[in-house]
Amino acid sequence: MIYELAAQGAQMLVVLLIAPFLLGVTRKVKARLLRRIGPPVLQPYRDFWKLMHKEAVLAHNASWLYRVVPYTVFAVTWVAAALVPTYSTGLIFSWSADLIALVALLGTGRFALALAGMDTGTAFGGIGSSREMLIASLAEPAMLLVVFTVALVAGTTQLSAIAATFSDAGVGLRVSLGLALFALIAIAIAENARIPIDNPATHLELTMVHEAMVLEYSGRHLAMIEAAAALKLVLYMSLLACLFLPFGMATLDKGLLALGIGMGAYLAKVLAFAALLPIGETAVAKMRVFRYPVFLGSAFAAAALAVFLLFVSQSF
Amino acid sequence: MGTDIGTDMGTLAFDFAHFLAGGMLVMSFLLLYQDRITAVLNVYAMQSILLALAVGWQSVIQGAPHLLVTAAIALIVKGFIIPTALHRIVRRLGIHREIEQVIGAGPTMLTGLALVALSIMLVIPIGGKVSLLVREDLAFALAVILLGLLMMITRRNAVTQIVGFMSIENGLILAATGARGMPLVVEISVAFSVLIVLFVFGVFVFRIRERFDSVDVSALDRFRGGRGN
Repeated sequence: MIYELAAQGAQMLVVLLIAPFLLGVTRKVKARLLRRIGPPVLQPYRDFWKLMHKEAVLAHNASWLYRVVPYTVFAVTWVAAALVPTYSTGLIFSWSADLIALVALLGTGRFALALAGMDTGTAFGGIGSSREMLIASLAEPAMLLVVFTVALVAGTTQLSAIAATFSDAGVGLRVSLGLALFALIAIAIAENARIPIDNPATHLELTMVHEAMVLEYSGRHLAMIEAAAALKLVLYMSLLACLFLPFGMATLDKGLLALGIGMGAYLAKVLAFAALLPIGETAVAKMRVFRYPVFLGSAFAAAALAVFLLFVSQSF
Repeated sequence: MGTDIGTDMGTLAFDFAHFLAGGMLVMSFLLLYQDRITAVLNVYAMQSILLALAVGWQSVIQGAPHLLVTAAIALIVKGFIIPTALHRIVRRLGIHREIEQVIGAGPTMLTGLALVALSIMLVIPIGGKVSLLVREDLAFALAVILLGLLMMITRRNAVTQIVGFMSIENGLILAATGARGMPLVVEISVAFSVLIVLFVFGVFVFRIRERFDSVDVSALDRFRGGRGN
């Protein structure tokens, strides 16, 4: 029991600790691609430290909601990240919630953040919340269809069991999984406010979504929100890794060596994603807001097609 | 998971056939979605090459060497000759940079998904009499045909309508090979009639262009008393 709790605790600590590092790697690679030196890889940790020690400024008309939301968003995202199998399947928390619950947890966080964006009544917060909800309303159905796809292949919505099934390599060559991968990448880009949808590094009012929502936040509140955003990025990377690259994952009944290999493989996978993301980002241009439905609609269509294809080959 | 996969034939054989036929369906969706004319032609070429691979794989599975001829015809005629000819037509017409107004990309995609669901539901009643592979190929082929029809309906440019027609023909070939192939004579004559259709279409496109300075077929509506302009 203590061993299992320790394994779960290790996963939660790892995702929390590597989140700023991965963000730093992403920014560094992107800067180098743009022929800049870029901030050091550890800069996000320093930013976090600085924000935690700064005064938190509140608007006069901010309600209690405004102060609660950063912690809510952080907590919800952390719980969701604890549910994704990273270095090992069968961790103790993973039995308490499945993939659909994970989508719901992320939805809760987004709902809270959108409410907070509108709380102070500024125009920026409102437009950010409105756009965030537009993206969410398109991304969430697609995400659920991706969930159904992998659940149909594995026969369960339990993320840990799905990852275990996929790592057995009995799944074969399936178009559905390729489509689901495409859809999940598109959703991850949209959800994490990365470049074709949103630019994480800009404060240009015409284009920003996530940054517009959290514009009024400062100090420890902003630190919490940025930590939650970094955690969400790690969560999606872990999700991609455990569903589509489940190599080297350990199970808890194996020894410490297997767990160590699993951890190494996991870190290598997320580092590779953190390097690939900015490469993809520099290759495309930011989309207009009116193009979002087309981008996410294609993700939805791909995921729906994946479900249909699985129905053809399975449900006769 | 599908229980009769293993008994029917090797799992890899099935998976690969599934991959190729499913890939053709994905290409059909890309055709619906794509709004650049040259990209549409490239996607069509890719779909034809996938068709050739699918037919070739079927000939390996079924042990039917005459299907290799079908695959070769698909590869050479539809994978290379027709797309090249269409590329040249488009370049001669000077519309190779044009971005076509696809009518309602969102509704079109949803309709396309509904058509795929429809074709799957139509194939389900066939039941267990034929192998899983054949049923699947039939479902995919029907979906490709219906999506080609949808593309012909939603496009207004004559060239992309031709591509829609050609992709219908790809679906037909896929259906025919899945159901134990069709006679070689029929196969060859279909291939040649498609080539002839291409010539006829080509001539028509240039006539339309000469007459109306555009290949937007809505210009023809005036002559059948349609949307009055």
